[in-house]
Amino acid sequence: MPIYQIISIVVFIAIWALAAQLASSTLLPGPIEVLSVLGAAVRSGALIEHLSVTLLRVIAAFILAMSIGVGLGLLMGRSDVANRLGDPWLVIFLNIPALVVIILSYVWFGLTEAAAIGAVAVNKIPNVAVTIREGARALDAQLDEMADVYRFTFRARLYHVTLPQLQPYIAAAARSGLSLIWKIVLVVEMLGRSNGIGFQLNLFFQLFDVSSILAYSFSFTAIMLLIELLIVQPYERYATRWRFAHA
Amino acid sequence: MNDMQHVGALPMLEIAINAKVYKGADGGSVCALQDLSFDLNGGTFTTVIGPSGCGKTTLLRIIAGLDPIYEGRVGGAIARYRVGFVFQEPRLLPWRTVGENIALGSFENIESSEIKRLAALAGIESLVARFPGELSLGQARRVSLARAMAARPQLLLLDEPFVSLDEATAQRLRQVLLDIWGEQKLTVLMVSHDVREAIQLSDRLLMISEQPGRVVAEHVIELPREERNADGIEKLRREILGGDA
Repeated sequence: MPIYQIISIVVFIAIWALAAQLASSTLLPGPIEVLSVLGAAVRSGALIEHLSVTLLRVIAAFILAMSIGVGLGLLMGRSDVANRLGDPWLVIFLNIPALVVIILSYVWFGLTEAAAIGAVAVNKIPNVAVTIREGARALDAQLDEMADVYRFTFRARLYHVTLPQLQPYIAAAARSGLSLIWKIVLVVEMLGRSNGIGFQLNLFFQLFDVSSILAYSFSFTAIMLLIELLIVQPYERYATRWRFAHA
Repeated sequence: MNDMQHVGALPMLEIAINAKVYKGADGGSVCALQDLSFDLNGGTFTTVIGPSGCGKTTLLRIIAGLDPIYEGRVGGAIARYRVGFVFQEPRLLPWRTVGENIALGSFENIESSEIKRLAALAGIESLVARFPGELSLGQARRVSLARAMAARPQLLLLDEPFVSLDEATAQRLRQVLLDIWGEQKLTVLMVSHDVREAIQLSDRLLMISEQPGRVVAEHVIELPREERNADGIEKLRREILGGDA
């Protein structure tokens, strides 16, 4: 077991419990109180419901942002014309605050699920594109020639030559993407949806219910940690196994 | 399966390169090849010999269709022929196994029994499930050769395939190449700077000058391959290189 990680978490919980004890205020509940609120929320079914709604939005926005971002980044990294055409837009979209995109999306397209997920994806696409563009610029020309000689189809070239070289860049974009996207999803939910973790947090904020705020935040953080441990990391180990093959 | 009939049946290939000019980094131009013309007869093994930097690799790249910017003509439409190219660097996909790398040379789907046969021919049947990172340079070159054969090429291009190998490994690999050539009767064009190697393997030697590269001499090796032992090769080498060897 990762002993240092466990020590670190135990120390954090101890400091938190001590601080709550000293403050003895409803504004800083201790770990045990948060845990009991969490238990109640799970039993009532409310937490699971809002958690799954938020998770679905995160997954949809993630898939949308990654596929469009990888396509754009690849195109801009490979084609000088595409890069010159796309670069100003990339700079603009990288610097538009997430909040502006979300508000405009709601104003123009209504308070709909598509507007919410689209707004999140638009916030993330430029980051993915910039990362992938760097990878696409570093593609190995010698392997391209090899693929030319053996007349690889577009699909075979993408699958066997291009994507494996982009894998570290895709992994980096995916990892930073997942954490950014779930944070933006909460804002989107707070501003224009009637369910999800973000909607609930807004409700608890108005009630000054700090225990529930912490319980909901921790539960979602835990889900993201599980995704990282059970999906992202095992996939990375599988995709990079050839790197550890040495003579 | 109309293609099957054509395997190995490459007609004579005319190569006539009038000029190949590179733009240098300083804006000037470098003439890599000039008035370089020769024919390749079907089923023969030809070696191009020349000092390093004389444009030998450029020649192979033009014939393979990788470099379309030159003045001249490479006989027929090269795009119609199946070409196998053994690059100087093995150029394997490090994230695919040896077997998958071999299979990717094939223009269509390839049976796993055929992959095994090619691997056995190249002497790497025990390495099929390995990744390229686990291989020595000699082994990687064998994979590169097996991949070229998976293309069922009519024309096999080899760019210094034995350079920077130890002599014993190089010698074993030369034998593999001769076995494959003997079995398939394909047209081979090899580039080398090693005259002994060229004499041992080829039917014909083309000597290329320093830049700009052009054919300065042509030698047909008539000695049967089984008589090309160390002494025989050395004797021919002296004849070819004349007094200065």
